[in-house]
Amino acid sequence: MSLTKDKAAIDQWYVLGATQDFPIGQTVATWLLGGDVTVTRQADGFEVTGEGRRLPIRTHYNHLWTSFGTPARDVFALPEAEEPDRRWLYCGGVRVAASGLRLIENFLDLAHFPYVHTDILGSEEKPEVAKYDVEQRRDVDEIWATKCEFLQPKAAAASEGGQISQYMYRVVSPFNVMLYKTPPTAPNRWDVIALFVQPVDETHAIAHPFMLVIDPSSTDAEIIAFQQMIFLQDKIVLENQRPVQLPLQPGRETPTRADLSSVLYRRWLKEKALTFGTEPRTDQVSDFA
Amino acid sequence: MPKLYDYVLSGSCYKVRLLAALLGVKYATQTVDFYPGREHKSPQMLALNPLGQLPVFEDDGLLLRDAQAILCHLANRYDPTGNWLPRDQRFGQVMMWLGFAGGELMAISAARMVLMLGYPGDVETLRAKGRMAMRVIEDHLADRQLAGAIWTVGDTPTIADIALFPYVMLSHDAGIGHEDYPAINLWQRRVRRLPGFVGMPGIPDYF
Repeated sequence: MSLTKDKAAIDQWYVLGATQDFPIGQTVATWLLGGDVTVTRQADGFEVTGEGRRLPIRTHYNHLWTSFGTPARDVFALPEAEEPDRRWLYCGGVRVAASGLRLIENFLDLAHFPYVHTDILGSEEKPEVAKYDVEQRRDVDEIWATKCEFLQPKAAAASEGGQISQYMYRVVSPFNVMLYKTPPTAPNRWDVIALFVQPVDETHAIAHPFMLVIDPSSTDAEIIAFQQMIFLQDKIVLENQRPVQLPLQPGRETPTRADLSSVLYRRWLKEKALTFGTEPRTDQVSDFA
Repeated sequence: MPKLYDYVLSGSCYKVRLLAALLGVKYATQTVDFYPGREHKSPQMLALNPLGQLPVFEDDGLLLRDAQAILCHLANRYDPTGNWLPRDQRFGQVMMWLGFAGGELMAISAARMVLMLGYPGDVETLRAKGRMAMRVIEDHLADRQLAGAIWTVGDTPTIADIALFPYVMLSHDAGIGHEDYPAINLWQRRVRRLPGFVGMPGIPDYF
């Protein structure tokens, strides 16, 4: 394995885990974009090395971030992290044998709820995805999907019964996404469920789910278990998707109306000329022969 | 009401959930933050099980650890037919497969922890052991099927089937597919059709 040469992928911030995942005084070997990375945590902070040099570090939202390149922006803003009554829950890294981009795209998808998360996030009697809005916010370079609604038998750990959940999705970089969702206990606010993806190589990724939720009743264990249950239901599907890498070539997969957010996400990746984790294209022939 | 100290991603806890569902046993659940919290190693949990393992099961003053022991308890107490834990000549064979399910087959669990959650361990060695265990089950079930039988022991499902099922089915998390195990595939479809069957994350109902 060696570090990718894809500049669009290199010039981004990537999560390596929650800061609590790294014990003080220890050195942990991990991977990023095909390259080896070493994390050492001392009492006074972190050192991250890769490709024989020290890499830049951020610790936003109690996660460790690094980059092999020169990101155009700092780690994205997450205003909800300032709200004092939210519970911060680190759900633990889970390794998945799939392209990290597939993880993000699956996270954006509403249509699979009734079939993969049956009787939890969706019900087979009500599989319809209602019309929702998508937009590319060029000022912050983010993808948003808004006005999403879904009938959910058990929307969260604290649910007592079914509800119509309102959703918003926010893709802040090619490998980082979050959703905003109405909590069962506070219908006027939004729970934040983030999926930070550490791309190991083109076909492997580590998912680091992170939650900023309003839930006064459930235990940490119950909220984490709920999130892990959902993610492991997705994992078997993700690992069986073919091609393993996300196809960006027109005609390789046929989207439907419910896939609008995926369509925009893929278009955005193409606009960035990102190729890491995507299926090699065969339709871009050279102008000269 | 009985109480299961449970972790949703654990195949061993799933053994208990599955048999309880098949027998119609109601129980309360206490969710343990196994990962990333390592709550099963907390003083409170070690007081319940000094081995620091899940599942743990409480029933009417009894405190039990070890998924296989809990399967025996459930069958012993809640199965009036006696078929899930037969007391005739099948008993020894059922016990043999329970020992195997809690022993050799757990290499798949260990490989899964390394590959999925980043636990330390030599995944190639564990996977080789896991494949050997799968082969033993495959050969046994193939012989059984040639003789016109389907279940691991006898003519009815037993707790031997329930003890084997979870980690055989979760082998994909350990990087072991089912392409080479046709007898296992036939058998697992029969397990899934048992009335009251429940799945778990990674063992979906829709296959």
